[in-house]
Amino acid sequence: MPMTCDWKNSVLKRSIENLGNRTLQGVWRIGFAARFFVAVLLHSGTAFRRFGLTIREMYFTGVLSLIIILVSGLFVGMVLGLQGYETLQTYGAEEALGILVALSLVRELGPVVAALLFASRAGSAITAEIGLMKATEQLSAMEMMAVDPIARVVAPRFWAGVISMPLLAALFSAMGIFGGYLVGVQLIGVDEGAFWSQMKSAVDLERDILNGVIKSVVFGVAITTIALFEGYDAPPTAEGVSGATTRTVVASSLAVLALDFVLTAFMFRGLN
Amino acid sequence: MHNDNLVEIEDVEFGYGDRPVLKGVNLTARRGQVIAIMGSSGCGKTTLLRLIGGQIKPGRGTVRVAGQSLGELGQAGLYRLRRKMGMLFQFGALFTDISVFDNVAFQLREHTDLPEDAIRDLVLMKLHAVGLRGASQLMPAELSGGMARRVALARAIALDPMLVMYDEPFAGLDPISLGITGNLIRRLTDTLGLTSLVVTHDVQESLKIVDYIYFVSEGVIVAEGTAAEIRASDLPYVHQFVHGEADGPVPFHYPAPSYADDLRLEKQRA
Repeated sequence: MPMTCDWKNSVLKRSIENLGNRTLQGVWRIGFAARFFVAVLLHSGTAFRRFGLTIREMYFTGVLSLIIILVSGLFVGMVLGLQGYETLQTYGAEEALGILVALSLVRELGPVVAALLFASRAGSAITAEIGLMKATEQLSAMEMMAVDPIARVVAPRFWAGVISMPLLAALFSAMGIFGGYLVGVQLIGVDEGAFWSQMKSAVDLERDILNGVIKSVVFGVAITTIALFEGYDAPPTAEGVSGATTRTVVASSLAVLALDFVLTAFMFRGLN
Repeated sequence: MHNDNLVEIEDVEFGYGDRPVLKGVNLTARRGQVIAIMGSSGCGKTTLLRLIGGQIKPGRGTVRVAGQSLGELGQAGLYRLRRKMGMLFQFGALFTDISVFDNVAFQLREHTDLPEDAIRDLVLMKLHAVGLRGASQLMPAELSGGMARRVALARAIALDPMLVMYDEPFAGLDPISLGITGNLIRRLTDTLGLTSLVVTHDVQESLKIVDYIYFVSEGVIVAEGTAAEIRASDLPYVHQFVHGEADGPVPFHYPAPSYADDLRLEKQRA
């Protein structure tokens, strides 16, 4: 059956070609993303000299993300309060609920969940905006007006994301602790003094809070870089922008989770 | 020595990957003229504008604007030159998150230290020149296609450039907007002393306003001349283009393997 054999050969050949093309494209994109990141850092002068541009973007990425961050933080804290109490009371240690809620939020849930929400809410918006600016030739128009789009459009959004992320994570944790307090102390009846005093004595500024802040800054860098790059590199079509927006959410969520593991391994290794 | 040519393109070749787009193009634009670059879709007209704007670099040949070779300019030099150029994109490319006023003021705020009062006056003057002073506070989403292009034109001339490039300025316009846009290009060129390069395939509108026309086909200039010369031309390509004939030197079919081979008729018979 020569025809079937030909067909199989051509399918095999096409598959290998596709695999090779995808690998090359992937490596090329990683290289381009790295160059893009360096270019953003090198062209960041405008974002600081004209800080109003960065503040404006902080409104869009940070302030407009507040609702989802605060509400999610409150519910995550309330669930932690309920679940934590259920487990701790088995060992008669329900007064340690404050420690459990605070450490869970400050070390892990605050930075990670806030980052995942930030990637979905702000990251996708950044990619769609930059992608559409490219598709409608706004970035080309800016270049033709002798204004560098990396400096004028990309860098302020990058720094706005990097500055907003730790602030949002801090607010998420604060709301979470408040949610844990509402459920643990006000609803279930854990002793209020023990809740706050144990939390205060167990949470360390450098080990817990500073490390949480470092995590959220790293997440902020990762999410905004991915979001901006995907937008900047998006094919200038409706399908291209939609695909780039999806890739931003998927890639930045995975990056946050992977980075969290790496950072946790370095920060909390050997701690009791 | 004063050079009367603002734009000079010499023996330029350019391709995207393995696909050649321009194959040895020569073109000059004299100061104060409206020059049209015509040709069918995908023939490399917009690529020519991008080369003149320095957004892409030629594989071979030189592009000179105001005597400066773009290939020898660094980014700072290119940006300095671009301040003297304006570009009107096909659909305006207005910044959609700011008002008409702020769009026109964009370059003035980016490149000058003028006080806001002076910027306001300049912006209103530019908008008045395109008949849209009354629309200064509208957002781009509130404009019709023709109005958006007029605002983009006001933005392109905000810094009083020496050269304005238009990428398909007539595409998708109703007859009234089309006439307005054509007249504006001619009037602004004459009153502001600009040089205008218009990439278009709208033959009838262009022939009314341009001084000189270049026809591009398959990456080379196949014909050139004044509007009268083009109308009278008996070159097959120009004739096909000006009269909108479906087939001729520009074939109806995109190059493809034999129809019978594509449908595997021979193999099926065997």
